[in-house]
Amino acid sequence: MDLDRAQLMRLYRTMRLIRRFEETVSGLFAEGHIPGFLHLYIGQEAVAAGICTQLDREDTITSTHRGHGHCIAKGADVRRMMAELFGKSTGCCRGKGGSMHVADVSLGILGANGIVGAGIPIAVGAALTAKIRGTGKIAVAFFGEGAAGTGYFHEGLNLAAVLKLPVVFVCESNQYAEFTPRSRHLPVETVASRASAYGFPGMTADGNDVLAVYYAFREAAARARGGEGPVLLECFTRRWSGHYEGDPQRYRPAGEVEEWRKDDPVASFAVRLRERHGIAAEEIEAVDSDVEREIAEAVRFAKESPLPDPSELLEHVYV
Amino acid sequence: MPVIRYSKAINDALREEMRRDERVILAGEDIGAPGGSFGVTRGLQQEFGEWRVIDTPISESAIIGMAVGAAATGLRPVVEIMFMDFLGVCFDQILNQAAKMGYMTAGAMRLPLVIRMQGGAGFSAGPQHSQSLEAMLMHIPGIKVVMPSNPYDAKGLLKSAIRDDNPVVFVEHKMLYGMKGEVPDEEYLVPIGKAAVLREGTDCTIVALGQMVHEAAKAAQRLEEDEGIRCEVIDLRSITPLDTETILASVRKTGRLVVVHEAVRTGGIGGEIAALVQEEAFWYLDAPIMRVAAPFTPVPFSKPLERAYLPNADAICRAVRQIMPGAAGSRP
Repeated sequence: MDLDRAQLMRLYRTMRLIRRFEETVSGLFAEGHIPGFLHLYIGQEAVAAGICTQLDREDTITSTHRGHGHCIAKGADVRRMMAELFGKSTGCCRGKGGSMHVADVSLGILGANGIVGAGIPIAVGAALTAKIRGTGKIAVAFFGEGAAGTGYFHEGLNLAAVLKLPVVFVCESNQYAEFTPRSRHLPVETVASRASAYGFPGMTADGNDVLAVYYAFREAAARARGGEGPVLLECFTRRWSGHYEGDPQRYRPAGEVEEWRKDDPVASFAVRLRERHGIAAEEIEAVDSDVEREIAEAVRFAKESPLPDPSELLEHVYV
Repeated sequence: MPVIRYSKAINDALREEMRRDERVILAGEDIGAPGGSFGVTRGLQQEFGEWRVIDTPISESAIIGMAVGAAATGLRPVVEIMFMDFLGVCFDQILNQAAKMGYMTAGAMRLPLVIRMQGGAGFSAGPQHSQSLEAMLMHIPGIKVVMPSNPYDAKGLLKSAIRDDNPVVFVEHKMLYGMKGEVPDEEYLVPIGKAAVLREGTDCTIVALGQMVHEAAKAAQRLEEDEGIRCEVIDLRSITPLDTETILASVRKTGRLVVVHEAVRTGGIGGEIAALVQEEAFWYLDAPIMRVAAPFTPVPFSKPLERAYLPNADAICRAVRQIMPGAAGSRP
């Protein structure tokens, strides 16, 4: 184990920030502050944190409709994200996109995306740029196991393999594709096994364990950066929330989420830090307090920000 | 002035822009080593190498998606969809990704990409390889759409498209690839969003695009020679942005309008133009606006059927005569 204290605490803070952001927006959504659809990442924090904290600004990610976690982990400004969800003009997309389209190109976040699988070939394109320019950067395409049935998945992986591009395809297997459990839409045990169809390695990792994700991705990224082509990394995690906020989740077996909560990737990492890495409880609490402060500030910012003027409607259709 | 083929004009535009700007890359099926299914990209991979002229698998969705990602990260890709009919295979990346990323990010994301495609009937290529689907593209805010009818405009518009920081769909015509025309050696651009008045007239405006521009020109010539009817012929060149000013100025002068496209009449861009003109220039109109377009069928394969399907100079002449004074049923 070669991560230092600072790196470990960064992983923890990232996960905690995602968790608290999502729990907070869940409440705000219920209160009516956030219009439209909300797809929460609760339970999956270890994947975004374990991966995005290893990326720098010029590495790129594409995300999904469930993209808050990836964006936060890649360094997005939580205030501007919150304002975007509220539809305010101070949002990262000036209220033009909303939850499913949060983006920050300056941070290499090429957007959450409302079309399942669509981020896959876009990441392939970013990887193409990196290869042609010889930047040594990589692209990471996040998607769920549901996307592994789309044409985008097959076309994108195939194309990346043929061109041997520096892209890591991260399948977050959170057990559900919208309302359908994995067993009903996947004819094979793992999505990772599909990589062999395209001639590149498929790896799996325990997506509930941020260090397992960290090490698996480090290996995958090294391969991609080294010019050896794509890797498919499947992280097994759990979607604690419904597909969307308000989802009655009748398809869930009773007690499933309660069981899952006993194996909380964020809380269990805090325990691990205290018990095995000499981090004091007070340090964890200090991080937690700081996260609360950051979230509260984001909520205040969003609430106090103006809505866009209708005159902005026609802007940004063309540059 | 040199006279070159439409396909060569496109080839020259690609070559010149690729020499001018190393960020311009091409990708598509059979475009590299084979030089393109219609020979349009011949010689380019030899000059620029396989990392600037990329042969892809048959993966339209991934090709356009890759163009979106490459454009978002600093390249200027020009990708090819071999037949416009294959829009169906990759429509999401055009409709929901390329067209919307700029707006959804409030301008933070720029997508300077060009999607080349060719369409049109006359080759007996059959229903799935002969369509003109520009109406579907016109309906999408966020992309620009151009359709050159001749080698000069093909070269000038493609250069403009490549230099434009917005996603541009560049629609070629399979029956025009062999068309010869004058194209200067010196650098020039044709602006996107500007129609061309090919022939001035006072009696009737004919707006046409693509292959139909040549049928409109023939019709105008015949109408003047045989009947003294002087038509103004406008080559749209751009579908989005539409040059409404040129169209309206012409209709205010002539009072009559015939729109010609080889796309299906129902839901075709002729309807959009007619609606626009009657909103903005109603009181200048002396007759109903006519549309000359294909019937509501797929493009048939057999030669006589395809010939009956396609609008032509005869049909345009009939439409003009129908709205000229003295025609049965017209107002005096």
